[in-house]
Amino acid sequence: MTRTLGYRLFQALLVALTVGVLTFIMVRALPGDMAYRIAAGRYGYDMVNTDAANAVRTELGLDRGGAAALGQWFWDLVRFDLGVSVVSGEPVIDEVRHQLGHTVELALAAVLMSLLIGPPLGILAGLRPGGAIDRGLLLVSSTLRALPHFVVGLLLIIVLATGMGILPAAGHGEPQNLILPALTLALGLAAVSSRVARDAMAGVVSSPYYAFGRTKGLSEAQVFLRHGLRNVSVPIVTYLGVQFIYLIEGVVVVETLFAWPGIGHALVHAIFARDVPVIQGTALVMGLMFVLLNALVDLACYLIDPRRQTA
Amino acid sequence: MTTIAVNSSSSVLEQKRISVGRFIGFTILAFIVLFAFLTPLVWPVDPTKQSLRNVLAGPSWSEPLGYDHLGRSMLARLAAALRLSLGLAFLSVLTAAVPGVLLGILAAWKGGIVDRALSILGDVSLALPGLLLVLMLTAIAPDSPWALYVGISLVLWIEYFRLTRATTRTLITSPAVQASRLLGFGPAYIVRRHLWPEISPMILTVGAFGAATAIMAIAALGFVSVGVRPPTPELGLMMTELLPYYEEAPHALLQPIVVVFLLVLSLNLIAGRKAR
Repeated sequence: MTRTLGYRLFQALLVALTVGVLTFIMVRALPGDMAYRIAAGRYGYDMVNTDAANAVRTELGLDRGGAAALGQWFWDLVRFDLGVSVVSGEPVIDEVRHQLGHTVELALAAVLMSLLIGPPLGILAGLRPGGAIDRGLLLVSSTLRALPHFVVGLLLIIVLATGMGILPAAGHGEPQNLILPALTLALGLAAVSSRVARDAMAGVVSSPYYAFGRTKGLSEAQVFLRHGLRNVSVPIVTYLGVQFIYLIEGVVVVETLFAWPGIGHALVHAIFARDVPVIQGTALVMGLMFVLLNALVDLACYLIDPRRQTA
Repeated sequence: MTTIAVNSSSSVLEQKRISVGRFIGFTILAFIVLFAFLTPLVWPVDPTKQSLRNVLAGPSWSEPLGYDHLGRSMLARLAAALRLSLGLAFLSVLTAAVPGVLLGILAAWKGGIVDRALSILGDVSLALPGLLLVLMLTAIAPDSPWALYVGISLVLWIEYFRLTRATTRTLITSPAVQASRLLGFGPAYIVRRHLWPEISPMILTVGAFGAATAIMAIAALGFVSVGVRPPTPELGLMMTELLPYYEEAPHALLQPIVVVFLLVLSLNLIAGRKAR
């Protein structure tokens, strides 16, 4: 267990290193004069002139040498000093902390919804492989898997928000604002987790110990609760780890689509405005969140499956 | 006895279903490729040419798929967007597959420090979720498909590397390979004779899956407007552009959606059910 957690720590270091190097290259490689672009982001495109750009240049020290800048960059990163947003002037760490709360809220709602939709349907399908539920689920999940998350979100907006007017299409603050973006992510997650649950359940149902449980006279519910559930949950939880990639990627796109004020939204807007400290901060936090979630999945699998504890 | 019979018949059915799925997948993909590459030959309309009189006009005989919000031919734009997505996806998969497979064999063959170094290289590329990496690369070089290409290839090669490494590792200790080595056959023979037949079927699956990932990533970045820039036709970008005109011209918005769906569906079908 310490070994897996050690690996996750190593992965977290790699995230920081990759994000640091990439954002540093970004600053250096961006075409055009960075001072002008930042000035445009601050004062609006109509208000930019040479004086404003020069003021930005001296203020942010944009004319320093490359090696010194890289050293400074990593020193700041090591101290977790993410700097100040060049557009809003606020410390990045405060902005990110604020946005992270919204993103975590969205992600949690999505994972919970997907767990309510996916595995139960998958287990139902797996109990009777080849049955009507199984075939129907295969069709639905194949369809959902062929649609990128933003298309799912778009269709949900068109049908539920503009078509029927049940839910607001975008916005933030009211509880019902959470439903559509979370549902968009949840449907994508459930499309995969239902198939994983179905395959695992089909495997368990055809196993000798399950047959023996039935033979010795346990009811369907008893045999499922005692012998099925725990065995099925290990692959589902493990697969949740793989799905977090989908979740993190989905957050970027879905937040942008629904104007959800989270970290993915901030990242995309920072890329527009060439706000490198914010790009660095958001990418770093998202990468670290991914590693942390995977570490939690490792821990959960360790607790569910006692076989791993002895090994 | 009966359970065994049922099991074997269902597994035969399953195998048949996979091959049927693959066949359907290849058929859809072939149609899409033909559509993308034949349209400019049969229908030489510039995808950026505007005719403002026909803004958001529906399908007609002179313009089978109608016009978009700037009076540009949807047919020409769809075909051009597909050529971009298909070309970029194909190129990325190819660029990912060749070094991925070669490095995977190398890592399993040499073991020790080479294996460890290559695995760390894989971990570095995996540290960030794929789309995040591509997003940051497009921030470094905005407005160029090259950033998309490099980013997607960097994400895709790891899957080849891992699979090839795992397969080669078990194969290399098998009696058959050891016999070949004892008989004095060189690495080229062993790769061709023992490793390639095992690896090659997986390459199609991983490749189709990777191409689907690439197409989704390109469309997603276009959709949040950080991929290619207008007026270049791109499937995700077309959806963003046409979304405000959904009420007036639903057909225009639905076209890129249907095309992305069919494309990814066909690739998923080719990849088969085992690949997720």
